[in-house]
Amino acid sequence: MNLLTQPVGLAHYLVVGAILFVAGVVCMATKRNGIGVLMGIELVLNGANLNFVAFGSPSLRADSQYAIGLDGHMAALFVIVLAAAEAAVALAIVLSFYRDHATVDVDEADELEG
Amino acid sequence: MNLATTLPLLLGLAWLLPLGSFAVIVLFGPRLGRRGVGAGYLATLAILAGFVLSAVATLGWLSEHPIAAAGHGEAHAAESIPPICGEWYTLAEFGSLRITIGYYIDSLTLVMFSMVTLVASCIHVYSFGYMREELGTVTDPMVTLADGRPLERRGRFCRFYQYLSLFSFSMLGLVVAGNIAMVFVFWELVGICSYLLIGFYIERKSASDAANKAFIVNRVGDFGMLVGLMVIWSTLGTFSFPEIFEQVRPAENHHSLVVPDGMVLAGVKAEVERIVLDAPGPTEAKAAIAANLPDWREQGHGRWLLILAGLGIFCGCVGKSAQFPLHVWLPDAMEGPTPVSALIHAATMVAAGVYLIGRFYPVFAPEVLVVIACVGAITLFMAATIAITATDIKRVLAYSTVSQLGYMTLSLGVGGWLAGLFHLITHAFFKSLLFLCSGSVIHACGTNEMPEMGGLRRKMPWTAYTMLTGALAISGAGIPLLYGLSGFHSKDSILAQAFSFKLENPSLGGVFFWTAASGAAITAFYMFRLWYMTFAGQPRNEHVARHAHESPWVMLGPLVVLAFFAVVAGWTLPVIGWGVPTVLEQARPAGTALGAAGRLVTVPAEHVSHLPPSIHIPVSFIAFLAALAGFVLATAFYGLRRLDPEDARRTFAPIDWFLRRKWLFDELYQAVFVRPVFWIARSVAAVDTRGIDGVADGLAWVTRQVARLDDLIDRVFVDGIVNGIARRTCRIGLGLRSLQTGNLRQYVMWVAVGTVALFVLISLVWDFAIAG
Repeated sequence: MNLLTQPVGLAHYLVVGAILFVAGVVCMATKRNGIGVLMGIELVLNGANLNFVAFGSPSLRADSQYAIGLDGHMAALFVIVLAAAEAAVALAIVLSFYRDHATVDVDEADELEG
Repeated sequence: MNLATTLPLLLGLAWLLPLGSFAVIVLFGPRLGRRGVGAGYLATLAILAGFVLSAVATLGWLSEHPIAAAGHGEAHAAESIPPICGEWYTLAEFGSLRITIGYYIDSLTLVMFSMVTLVASCIHVYSFGYMREELGTVTDPMVTLADGRPLERRGRFCRFYQYLSLFSFSMLGLVVAGNIAMVFVFWELVGICSYLLIGFYIERKSASDAANKAFIVNRVGDFGMLVGLMVIWSTLGTFSFPEIFEQVRPAENHHSLVVPDGMVLAGVKAEVERIVLDAPGPTEAKAAIAANLPDWREQGHGRWLLILAGLGIFCGCVGKSAQFPLHVWLPDAMEGPTPVSALIHAATMVAAGVYLIGRFYPVFAPEVLVVIACVGAITLFMAATIAITATDIKRVLAYSTVSQLGYMTLSLGVGGWLAGLFHLITHAFFKSLLFLCSGSVIHACGTNEMPEMGGLRRKMPWTAYTMLTGALAISGAGIPLLYGLSGFHSKDSILAQAFSFKLENPSLGGVFFWTAASGAAITAFYMFRLWYMTFAGQPRNEHVARHAHESPWVMLGPLVVLAFFAVVAGWTLPVIGWGVPTVLEQARPAGTALGAAGRLVTVPAEHVSHLPPSIHIPVSFIAFLAALAGFVLATAFYGLRRLDPEDARRTFAPIDWFLRRKWLFDELYQAVFVRPVFWIARSVAAVDTRGIDGVADGLAWVTRQVARLDDLIDRVFVDGIVNGIARRTCRIGLGLRSLQTGNLRQYVMWVAVGTVALFVLISLVWDFAIAG
């Protein structure tokens, strides 16, 4: 089965979400810049969000008669709010880190080494 | 004057005054006067007041009951004046048993009260001189400390008078007591006073040993007395003197001795039980028992209880009055201060046993009287012979006391109630006189040993001649059939009674009479031996003689007073007839004047011994000659030195050895009682230290081993498990520590790889996990 020949359905959304997720994880794992890591987190969250929305959409589900409402969308909204709050806190940490170390390189942040 | 109310009041006051003095001295003693000298004044005042009260009481009694005019008739013998009995206070009632503080006052009580308070007053005064050095710091040369110096201690003047007061109170209580239980209480109280005063110089080993000996030997006698008390109470149901006497000698039976109902019933217990079980009701049972009672009595049932009661009470008297075989404590008791020896161990306490025999006289059956007489005869002879060889001046007097107490006991045993108690009174005066004189000598010489003395007559004439008076009195000096010193009259009446007893029972009575007569000769011998060795001849020890001096007047005054009484105590005043024997006669227990016939012996009536032609005249001359013989022999040996005592000693060496070892009584008791007791004690101690201690120690050892094992298990296993877990956890923690690098990107890598690994793992086991 070739996704490219199919009409846009659930599987396409999941593929895009997975690509986003993997891209975010790779970004988190490879970026030395703290801001870049935060961006990777945004990508991971949005990849997950895409899955929620896709699974929650009645038009994408074959068994749509069983879908009872907006639970997928609610979860997506929660994630967005959470991501916003997290970004605020994380940026504050980065700022404070920068004030201490005059850099945002996460490799420098090894004070918690065991 | 109403005697029934005044006499108890007067005597009660005389009795309690020394107790008050004792209490005050106990509480405030050392603060009375300078160094507590006030304690002596207080005690002396108390006893002097007691003497005045007793004298007033006696005069009151005599004014109410004048002496019967008949001299030696049979008319007055049967008649006796009823005593004044009553109770001051009831201590307790248990059913029919009443424990009371009561009084039994007759002329015997009054005479004893007067004698005790008079002698005690003299001794209280005398002690001011004798115990003077106790006011300051005392150096006791007889106690050597570890560093070789003699002991120095604080004086005990207060304590001495405190004990004297307690003793006076106890002795008067013993005399006034209205029941045998109260007698027993005060009996023990005088015993403890004696114990305390013998051990007055407590630091001396000999004194504390003597105190223990006196106390322990007396316990033996008191055990018998307790048995007697138990018999009396369990069969007669009462302790009170008049009630006991009424049961033993009922008035309807002319006061002759019968076995009381209670004792008869106790003797035939089995039959009584059978009658009670068989009878249809209690009334019939009572009637049947009452009907059988005379028969049972006739058959002699329960008589052994009467004899046991008498022997038991007498056993107490043997201990207290230092009779054979319990006489051993009295000579050792001389370790106490000499005034104490005079008061307690000569005049009053040791006479208490004789007094109790006299007081309890109605209860003694003829069989018991024979035992009493035998004990008295043995005691008087044995002690007199030991006194011959003793060299310690106080020990001579102590054995003399034992011997004279034997006289009294013998006299009571052969039916001479009056003679025995008469001798008690006269002996109290001359023996306390002799002791106080010896105290004066010891005070002057600083030694008790007669071989160190000699020739003191010129240095201390008052002491010498008052002591000579005492020696004459105890020897019974006098003109036969007429007048003599006090001892002459009392000893004569004892010998007369013994002679009268001999007429009734030739064999046994002969032994008693000749023992008593030879005792009289020995008495004269050892008394004059003592006097000659101490006062006559030339000084034997220059040092002692140079330092000897006459005692102060405070000591000589009592000597003179007592010497006066030692002379006159035996006299009977003409016209009014006042005198110790006539007054005592008023207290004669009802029914005892007539004598008694037992299975073994016949005890003659006492007034028979006063019949001049058949008894009185020969006895008087025998007694006189015996005393004269003793006196002549002593003069020959020690006064004129015509005979050499050393010669006699060599000739009779075995006898001398035997007498010096005091008839081997101490050795015998040491071997028979003391050593076995020590042996038993040591074996018990060995069982204790080896057996019981061993078991206890073994248990402790086993417990310790078990505990050690537990400890090992605890350390190795329990601790091992806990510590092992902790160590492993720690090591794992240290190992995991290296994972935490602090590198953020690495963490992310781990998260990603972990997630992937989880997925792979789940996909591998999924089927199994879900389906399985």
